Amino acid sequence: MGRDDIAMTATDTYKEAGIRSQAAASEQDATMPPALSIRNVSHSYGTRRALIDVTFDVAPGSFTALLGLNGAGKSTLFSLITRLFGIRAGSIGIFGHDIGRAPGEALRLMGVVFQPRTLDLDLSVMQNLLYHAALHGIGRRDARSRSNEVLGRMGLADRAGSKVRDLSGGQMRRIEIARALLHRPRLLLLDEATVGLDVKARADILSHVRQLVTDQGIGVLWATHLFDEIIPSDNLVILHQGRVLARGQVARVLDEAATPDVNAAFMRLTGVQSGSLAS
Amino acid sequence: MSATTLGQARRGFSLAEYTTCLTGIVWREALRFLHQRERFVAALVRPLVWLFIFAAGFRQVLGVSIIPPYETYVLYEVFIAPGLMAMIQMFNGMQSSLSMVYDREMGNMRTLLVSPLPRWYLLFCKLLAGTAVSLLQVYAFLLIAWFWDITPPTIGYLTVLPALILSGLMLGSLGMLISSGIKQLENFAGVMNFVIFPMFFASSALYPLWRVQEGSPMLYYVCQFNPFTHAVELIRFALYGQVNWTSLIVVSGCTTAFMIGAIYAYDPSRGLARRGPAGGET
Repeated sequence: MGRDDIAMTATDTYKEAGIRSQAAASEQDATMPPALSIRNVSHSYGTRRALIDVTFDVAPGSFTALLGLNGAGKSTLFSLITRLFGIRAGSIGIFGHDIGRAPGEALRLMGVVFQPRTLDLDLSVMQNLLYHAALHGIGRRDARSRSNEVLGRMGLADRAGSKVRDLSGGQMRRIEIARALLHRPRLLLLDEATVGLDVKARADILSHVRQLVTDQGIGVLWATHLFDEIIPSDNLVILHQGRVLARGQVARVLDEAATPDVNAAFMRLTGVQSGSLAS
Repeated sequence: MSATTLGQARRGFSLAEYTTCLTGIVWREALRFLHQRERFVAALVRPLVWLFIFAAGFRQVLGVSIIPPYETYVLYEVFIAPGLMAMIQMFNGMQSSLSMVYDREMGNMRTLLVSPLPRWYLLFCKLLAGTAVSLLQVYAFLLIAWFWDITPPTIGYLTVLPALILSGLMLGSLGMLISSGIKQLENFAGVMNFVIFPMFFASSALYPLWRVQEGSPMLYYVCQFNPFTHAVELIRFALYGQVNWTSLIVVSGCTTAFMIGAIYAYDPSRGLARRGPAGGET
């Protein structure tokens, strides 16, 4: 089998998987608004433009990878979606609730894992979870049972009493994901959740999150700069220097870029050389 | 099937949810405080140095006549104790507010601000939690001061509580307002020089205002318009079971104004954007 044949086969696999996921997404589209809808969003820090006219959707029960280098604007976008920053241009909706006009409803449906660690290192895992539950108005007893439930799901049931400081990086991330699930959101945002983790911890976390999509129908926006975290059935948004260069099923993006894989598509669309990609 | 399964969120929040949120935030702040013993010791050392060294040195220099709420001549240590209590609250308020605006607590502020409850309420809870920590510091100071012959009436320990809550909120929200409003003021030394020291010295914390008036009518005028003076007087009177109505009105008014201003001016993008692209924060 020649080099071109291999490329052809890879593209076909992407396309097939893309068609399957498109069908699944359109079934849900008919019944509800997008889990996340971003429309013409722009944002600047002084004169520096961090986001320029960004538009894309995350369908309910789908996994959307937001691919971009460090500094592409991913974290700014996360700050806008979570209303940390005020939206100056454009609009963002979560299941039809505008984050600017109805932040309470929108944030209730959203779980977030930020890029920097946001756990209290000196407190125990359970104390961290109970604090988060309180921020969502969930009473103590309910919070405890939910905490045990999410810890069990993330395979950390035995670490409830441990101090966060004593956990590994991968365990901390899983705790943060467990915490983001406590209030049972329908949309989960993860900003570079695997940065700084070893290969096994990365794979574990990614498979946990993918399982949430298939088992519970949670919509996921997964910001990353690592190509190998993207699989053919994903939706893909390529963000570069604040602009969306491509969006849609992986197969469609590859088609439009006329490339066999995400890596090549990214390089063709952005003009970035592989040597300059940080991992 | 729950409401959120369909992507529909419930509107509004119940009183129980508001209360749970408040207790959760105060509980976390108290837990963190218990883990930071150095912070506790540092917060106590400052006023105790003033009490043990400064006041001991000045007791012979400064005579304090009988002025309300005192019914007899009091030692200088007794006179400055309320000022030192307010000083504890001012340092605590400024420190915790600065960390809310700048990087140190940004991780925690992110977690806090993605709560679905209204942002003004979350910031109010955070200020209240900071005040609760300052109460622990003030009561620890009062305990040590008791062995130093600063013995207000027993009921005073209770009646001073509402005064301390109010003054703590005022100083915390002032700290937040200042931190949000001044772009370059990111280190604590700047706040010390331009806010804490002027407010502390141009107040009735260290000397009675009639003494100030004798020395400088201009400074007396400044002291009277300093909200910190009224925080000190509110605490001083409350510690002796009395209400200084003027101070109560001024402190209540300032608390409301500072809090509204602080909540309006609070902008998390300042703390986050500062890190810039190098920190991966774009």
